[in-house]
Amino acid sequence: MADNLAVDKIGLERAESRLAKSLAGFKLGDTVFHLLTLAAAWAVLILLGGVIASLVLGSMPAIKAFGLNFLSTEAWNPVTEKFGAMAPVYGTIVTSLIAMAIAVPSAMAIAIFLTELCPFTLRKPIGIAIELLAGIPSIIYGIWGLFVLAPFLQEHVEPGLIATFANVPVLSKLFAGPPYGIGVLTAGIILAVMVLPIVTSISRDVFETVSPVLKEAAYAVGCTTWEVIRSVVIPYTRVGLIGGVMLGLGRALGETMAVTFVIGNAHKIAPSLLAPGTTISATIANEFTEAVGDLYTSALIALGLILFVITFIILAISRYMLMRLHQQEGR
Amino acid sequence: MAIYDARRRWSKFYLGLCYLAVVIGLSWLAIILATLLFEGLRNISPAIFTQMTPPPGADGGLLNAITGSLIMTTLGVAIGTPLGMLAGTYMAEYGRYSKLTFFVRFINDILLSAPSIVIGLFVYEVMVVRMGHFSALAGAVSLAVIVVPVVVRTTEDMLLLVPDTLREAARALGLPRSIVIGKVAYRAARAGLVTGVILAIARISGETAPLLFTALNNQFFSTNLFAPMSSLPAVIFQFALSPYKEWQHLAWTGALLITLAVLALSITARVLQTQRRAK
Repeated sequence: MADNLAVDKIGLERAESRLAKSLAGFKLGDTVFHLLTLAAAWAVLILLGGVIASLVLGSMPAIKAFGLNFLSTEAWNPVTEKFGAMAPVYGTIVTSLIAMAIAVPSAMAIAIFLTELCPFTLRKPIGIAIELLAGIPSIIYGIWGLFVLAPFLQEHVEPGLIATFANVPVLSKLFAGPPYGIGVLTAGIILAVMVLPIVTSISRDVFETVSPVLKEAAYAVGCTTWEVIRSVVIPYTRVGLIGGVMLGLGRALGETMAVTFVIGNAHKIAPSLLAPGTTISATIANEFTEAVGDLYTSALIALGLILFVITFIILAISRYMLMRLHQQEGR
Repeated sequence: MAIYDARRRWSKFYLGLCYLAVVIGLSWLAIILATLLFEGLRNISPAIFTQMTPPPGADGGLLNAITGSLIMTTLGVAIGTPLGMLAGTYMAEYGRYSKLTFFVRFINDILLSAPSIVIGLFVYEVMVVRMGHFSALAGAVSLAVIVVPVVVRTTEDMLLLVPDTLREAARALGLPRSIVIGKVAYRAARAGLVTGVILAIARISGETAPLLFTALNNQFFSTNLFAPMSSLPAVIFQFALSPYKEWQHLAWTGALLITLAVLALSITARVLQTQRRAK
């Protein structure tokens, strides 16, 4: 009897220690997994830090050699090793502005159509089509721009623009010179087509946050559809819309392939929109692998740094705006 | 009554502009796809999938470019996905309300739309300069850097959709959190997590800019990860800008292949998503 009890006790202790061991194993596994995920979260931050650090380090020789003059110099001469960022920066900003001027009103109009006017059966297919188009890689837009859009503009649109505005004071300067087909205007138009689905799908999401009660109230006091859109929908979603536009702008500024094909890669600032130009990303894409000498490479990396800083600021503003919209929604 | 008529007319006018924008916008995009289909299909042949990229003026295919793209995309996803999933898991499970999560989410959203060419420069500085030469591995790493934010975002979003009652029930049985996450949260969110990975593949399969100065290009068939490797986007870039007709035709066909792949991937992702919602 006493023997049996002792054996049971030993068995129990064994079982308990086994349980304790496996529980400890659980605990260890949990701690390890926790730390692993924490490390991965930090890695995302380190990734961004690494991008910034490597760009700054890589552009040091150029910054040392040119200082702030880098930003205000137009010349880009690999032979004499004189580099300035003004032409690419100018091209980046002008092409993006053209793109936004075309894409933002069209995107908002399409989003209004999708949320307010479109019959329900069509709403989903059109929405899906636009989202699918937002995912098409930019090189596709680039090759289409090069082979289809540029020749079309050269033959049918640009001569007309030149002739129409020849005697108008400011516009004659903007639309001057021979119609090359490739140039700043063509790049802006291609960017617009590319950004259009992105801005449209965000605007649509943003418009859908307007509660129907608000719209119905406006209709009830006798507003027309346009008045509801202008005085209720757009003011209510203003913050989110700006966020969406900024996101599109961020994409347009950093876009490489769609632009590289059609901008013409000329390092000069021409007053005419029809003249070839260059952007930061097009310059890097075209010249980086052929760059000889540390200073040349470093100047290109410095261009990348400028691009990254500009887009970072624009995207940060965009995210802040979109975040504010969600907070407003939660209230 | 005149003022009502005027208001109604303005409303009609602006709504008319909206319809016009839809017609122009959608038909423009339709024209792009139609041109792509026409130009791409016109030159498609079995040789595309069996022969190498030709020298100027000769016929050939895209076999080395297709293989290169497949290898680098696979490797990029294989490197980027675990990192992104783990970070997303931290943000949705362990540190849902921590300051770090808020900060990472903000930075991640910025990385999501950061110019991909800058990522190419980063990998060039970190890997190509160190190794002394261009390599497929560097190309895969630069693609992985693009995969990470996409996967982080979807993993977090999908895990947050899993109801907390499921987690609480599992915890009440005495399971540690790591097993709750692995056996309950991941399983409940599986379709969503797969969607995220598919979207990431779609995103990188057309990326050109980061490959230009990491993997460079290669005229010949190569599976060596430490040598330059060809890829479809890089070949399209080189061939489209060349003056040779044969090269331009191959560029169009390559562009069609990429577009079809991306569309197929995004549609799969979408179907998976709706299935999950229907459940």
